[in-house]
Amino acid sequence: MKLTGSQIFVEVLVEQGVDTIFGYPGGAVLNLYDELYRNSDRVRHILTAHEQGASHAADGYARATGRTGVVLATSGPGATNLVTGIATAYMDSVPMVAFTGNVPTTQLGRDSFQEAYIEGITMPITKHNFTVRHVEDLADTMRAAFRIAQSGRKGPVLVDIPKDVTAAVCEFENKAPELIRTVTAYDEEQVRQAAKLINEAQRPVVYFGGGVRSAAGCQPLRDLVYKADMPATYTLMGTGVLDYGDPHNLGLIGMHGCYTANKAVSEADLVVAVGTRFSDRVALNPDKFAAKAKIIQIDIDPSELGKNVAVDLSLVGDAAYILQAILPHLEQRYHMRWMEQIEQWQRNDYKPKDSDTELKPHQIIREICEQAGPEAVYVTDVGQHQMWAAQYLHHTKSRGFITSGGLGTMGFGYGAAIGAQVALGNDQRVVMLTGDGSFHMNLNEGCTAVSYDLPIITVIFNNQVLGMVRQWQTSFYGKRYSNTDPHRKTDFVKLAEAFGAKGYRAETPEQFKAVFAEAMKNPGPSWIDCRIGKDERVLPMIPGGGDINDIIMK
Amino acid sequence: MDQQQNRPAAQRRVISLLVDNQNGVLARVSSLFCRRGFNIDSLTVSATNDPTISRITVTFGGDEQALNQLLLQTERLECTRQVFELDQNNSLMRELLLLKISCDSSNRTELREIASIYKAKIIDLSPDSMVLELTGKPEKIDAFLTMFDGYEILELCRTGVTALERGGKHPHMQKPPQEIRAVQLPFQQKCVK
Repeated sequence: MKLTGSQIFVEVLVEQGVDTIFGYPGGAVLNLYDELYRNSDRVRHILTAHEQGASHAADGYARATGRTGVVLATSGPGATNLVTGIATAYMDSVPMVAFTGNVPTTQLGRDSFQEAYIEGITMPITKHNFTVRHVEDLADTMRAAFRIAQSGRKGPVLVDIPKDVTAAVCEFENKAPELIRTVTAYDEEQVRQAAKLINEAQRPVVYFGGGVRSAAGCQPLRDLVYKADMPATYTLMGTGVLDYGDPHNLGLIGMHGCYTANKAVSEADLVVAVGTRFSDRVALNPDKFAAKAKIIQIDIDPSELGKNVAVDLSLVGDAAYILQAILPHLEQRYHMRWMEQIEQWQRNDYKPKDSDTELKPHQIIREICEQAGPEAVYVTDVGQHQMWAAQYLHHTKSRGFITSGGLGTMGFGYGAAIGAQVALGNDQRVVMLTGDGSFHMNLNEGCTAVSYDLPIITVIFNNQVLGMVRQWQTSFYGKRYSNTDPHRKTDFVKLAEAFGAKGYRAETPEQFKAVFAEAMKNPGPSWIDCRIGKDERVLPMIPGGGDINDIIMK
Repeated sequence: MDQQQNRPAAQRRVISLLVDNQNGVLARVSSLFCRRGFNIDSLTVSATNDPTISRITVTFGGDEQALNQLLLQTERLECTRQVFELDQNNSLMRELLLLKISCDSSNRTELREIASIYKAKIIDLSPDSMVLELTGKPEKIDAFLTMFDGYEILELCRTGVTALERGGKHPHMQKPPQEIRAVQLPFQQKCVK
């Protein structure tokens, strides 16, 4: 069967099981868009306001479903606008394939109109990238891109397609998608050693991250926690795996983690690290991290082993497989004294104070949880609200917390929420938590949510300042508030209405309760402007490079 | 590369990297080294007996931890087929030097003498300059160059190290990457703290 490059593009998307892509048209991708027009019943295209929004939407789609997110942009500025989105996905190991158009192969390298060397630009922020110079290579290159994005440690792949390749014709044959291989390099001996260390430990702690969710390893992790009577703490990317109120759930670890979690790791005699990379926001001081403990590290990416913190035993492979291999070797344990000690720390841990008159961040989040429920998908932007969300959201849905962890991309949230809502359908409740700073970055996607009738509820933690940076200026820069108090006069209620969404404002807990209930009934997007104090801080906090002794609790 | 002098002397290691022979591969490898801050002394790219594969030979100064990171990070690249450290005691390392030196009839004889002791070839001679060619271990080339302290060096070019281990086909080229990793990562098994 002879097909054009554009037809092949659509055929391979369908072959790979892609039903939705996010993107923005332009000169270099006109042929591809013409073919998408003809195939709109096979591949749904979501048009965003900006390519960055499309890249975050593809990311949000992937995070919400585990499937590969797909984004399409034109050459030059279209391609460069994807960069932040691709880097965000790369840092959080999210499977994504980005397609960019480019000028015809004869024009490449001549500084042609809307030409950018996107392969070079994205080399360090993709797992791999390709420029397709011949139409004969297009199908297999696209297939390779989907395979690479999902294999091993997942991540983004970019495929750059010059315009003449999309018009050229060649023979095409459908192929079944390749099986994804998981690299495993652990052996029985290592599994037995790990089990022995866990069985012998007196003060064990599990410390896990996003790798558990990627590997669909939530249940084996819970089994480990209960069988070894082993409390667990998690990174930002690992929230929502353990039930809240369970004494084994120590809460978030790291810079804005709770006292108990950080203390437990510093006092533990064994730390089992699963799908996590000892980043500088967790192992704030790598020399002092879990200094009294032996460390077992389980990760799918061998380059993470001992990268930041030296470990005693490491197992390479899929977290779910490895945990399942370890479980039969474990004996049922009860660490009464250790759990009592932890309970004591928990009693004295930081607890925010409620207010009846003022809106407090933790109360807003508590109200959201009560109304939207633990099965809602929560999306955040980046900043103080993100940390509050990680600390206080009581959600239990796997893939129910979507946030930019590694890159910390302000402006990530709205695009990601659109991706999640599109992926899961309008019956799924999606709540986006943002700050006025983050939201100002990419609120242009409000028009997208309106165009596609997406019932995303956006809760804006509006303190009128750039809160997280301001908090650092308060603590470490003598309250010299350089460029964190922009005196913006944005009226989010009117702005929402201007976009065609519903806008609400809340200044007291009571008002918030009422307007959130209203928003829950709204079939389209809603924005809720919540006025909070500009001096609200995220606590506890351990300054960068510090340890549990440096924790700031008030 | 230029920071080498400021750092404590680390062991010099030679790494052999077999990569897909495609355009952009060198950019991928060097971009990775740059981004991760690996301390590279030299890097050579060459063809192999297999037209689909190129061999990159890297000399690198660093400790065990840095070496492991370099091997594992390089292995993550899609274009990498094999990457392994060469056993220094059992390897053949060679480098080529071209040296253009200012000379005239007054000192030509002494230069010829140095060249003949080191078995360097004179490959070009003009009334006021001479080009010498020398192949050998990097140390030999270093020693050779110290002989020219009193002369005016016009231009100098070294290829960087290219290396092979002695004996039959390298064991790492006969195994899948995972098994090599087990060999390269002894810390997987023992306590390092």
